[in-house]
Amino acid sequence: MNFDLTDDQEALRDGIRAVCQGRFTSERVRAGFDRGVWDELAETGVFSLIADGFSWADAAIAFEELGRAVVPGPLVWGVLAHGLVDGIPTGLARPAAGAPAMVEHLAAADAVVILDGDTVRSVAASAVSGALLDWPLDPLTPITRVDTLPEGEPVAGADGAQWNRAGAVLTAAFQAGMAHACVEQATEYSLARRQFDRPIGSFQAIKHLLADALVRAEVARTAVHAAAVTLDDPEVGDVDRAIRGAKLLAGEAALKNAKTSVQVHGGMGFTWEVDAHLYLKRAWLTNTAFGTPDACADALAASLG
Amino acid sequence: MDLRYSPSDEAFRAELQAWLAATLPTLPPEPPRDDWPARVVYDTDWQKRLFDAGYAGMSWPKEYGGRDAPPSEQLIFLEECSNAKAPYVGVNFVGTLHAGPTIIAEGTPEQKAKHIPKILRGDEVWCQCFSEPDAGSDLAALQTRAVRDGDDYVVTGRKIWCSFGQVGEYGELLARTDPDVPKHKGISWFILPMDLPGIEIRPIETILGSSEFCEVFLDEVRVPAEQMVGQENDGWRVTNVTLSFERGTAFVSEMVDAMRMAEELAPLVHDPADRRELGHVIAEFDALWALTKRNVSNSATKGDTGLGGMIMKLAYSEARDHLCELSMRALERGAFDVHEPYVEERLRTLSLTIAAGTSQIQRNILSERVLGLPRERQWPAE
Repeated sequence: MNFDLTDDQEALRDGIRAVCQGRFTSERVRAGFDRGVWDELAETGVFSLIADGFSWADAAIAFEELGRAVVPGPLVWGVLAHGLVDGIPTGLARPAAGAPAMVEHLAAADAVVILDGDTVRSVAASAVSGALLDWPLDPLTPITRVDTLPEGEPVAGADGAQWNRAGAVLTAAFQAGMAHACVEQATEYSLARRQFDRPIGSFQAIKHLLADALVRAEVARTAVHAAAVTLDDPEVGDVDRAIRGAKLLAGEAALKNAKTSVQVHGGMGFTWEVDAHLYLKRAWLTNTAFGTPDACADALAASLG
Repeated sequence: MDLRYSPSDEAFRAELQAWLAATLPTLPPEPPRDDWPARVVYDTDWQKRLFDAGYAGMSWPKEYGGRDAPPSEQLIFLEECSNAKAPYVGVNFVGTLHAGPTIIAEGTPEQKAKHIPKILRGDEVWCQCFSEPDAGSDLAALQTRAVRDGDDYVVTGRKIWCSFGQVGEYGELLARTDPDVPKHKGISWFILPMDLPGIEIRPIETILGSSEFCEVFLDEVRVPAEQMVGQENDGWRVTNVTLSFERGTAFVSEMVDAMRMAEELAPLVHDPADRRELGHVIAEFDALWALTKRNVSNSATKGDTGLGGMIMKLAYSEARDHLCELSMRALERGAFDVHEPYVEERLRTLSLTIAAGTSQIQRNILSERVLGLPRERQWPAE
């Protein structure tokens, strides 16, 4: 047992972090997702990690870094559909009968993959029509409201149960990265911002908010790593339990830490200019995918009887 | 990242499980909580059995009679003992987990020869004399004085929250040997024989109505100078060296208990909101168990548990509080009887977010040492 990043995993983490810091600056991220972003990410190999022989733990480490930079795009679907669907995929779980489908990044995508329970179907993006929201919650995630989602064709070779598990792990990893970034950004601001003749980060009221955020982020990150390792090697634990725990804790950490960041930034945290809202809005979005925190908690309790 | 135990770890686990299965049925019944003489007999008997079987001092060096086991075996040892409901470390706590490791690291050859074998065999019970009424979170502000007089130090002061003060034959004592230097630099660490003239011990009745802690009054107690461990005025550093013996395993026993409690509680929790909270608590403990494995791994490979070690106390104690509050809601009016399972536990757990650094002090430490935030402005001295 050595439950720490290997040297290769540290190198992978540092590599993806360097790519994000170099190319996915706040300015670039705010320009949104397009084919250029997709191509640059594809070039780093982040979508083909599993096909290239890397583990889910490796993929989780990479997605933490994408989350840190709050990179926009249907990134999780890029990994899941790699090699099975041509072009840029977006995706979603099929909504309940009668409910509209809120499809992310439809205009930039070539295909829409639909998780129907454990069945994976796909339809050409051009065959999906709906109304593009003019005021989407997350400005970096364009949303099309689709009243009638086509049935789609089954995707050969796609294991839907595995997609659900891996999608939850990658989403949780992205969220854990967001949670850490929020701690760092709020900490930096609390050192720079002075009130009452001292940095606001010297007040225990602020320090304790940030300490709690740090604990949430690190505990969530550990849960994500445990879930990813268990997905790679199911004999070391209960894979569904580990994944639900990770998705719950990472989703909660991303949301609470983004709110902490807004709060610590004070009035500036309520502005469009500061990035805090981008993390908060993405936290809300990602919490609806691959198991909400509440659904995960309910399932965990049910598993104990 | 790898969560698989090695074949040698698994062999150790199997051997330990077999020993526990053969040994535990032969133990006498556990004595009542407040029967301290009986608890000493029971707890030290367990320590002797561990010693005879080669399981005492898992992390101690071989030259001191320990097993010098890798951190992963220390983790397995604590996990399996808890799973099997083996006796808790009990009155051996201070000796085996704090005083013993301190003496190994900093003691003289004479001090080691006198105390280490006895602590390991359960032949010597220790208590702790650190906190004072006016030195809690700010422990370094302690005022108990130790003044050199010939071959002795004359010690006067008042100690509080002395675990096992009723039964300790020796106490680990922190006292001020130089009042004229910054507070951390004038403290020394002593082995205090608890039967010296001038020592008075009074139990403190806790929120449980029981007596885990004592107050210790020291009135011109003459402590021979050779009882000092480490150098004069170096006691603050000396008292922190024992952390390296923990190797990320500090909360393993308690965490195994808490996870079992969550599983046992599950059938009693019916309200949908409480069920959801139970799921949350399970996620928290599963994550902290994974974090324990990370800390143990880092201890083995890097010699340091790092950030994971720094967040564990805060995260674990808050999670346990969460679990205990849930148990009270599940029991409803059944919780009026402290004999009900988990009610005593609810009360006991209130101490976890206070003892050994309150949650608020933990947050200060994390924000200052990890996040690099400044200390709050000092008040002028009164």
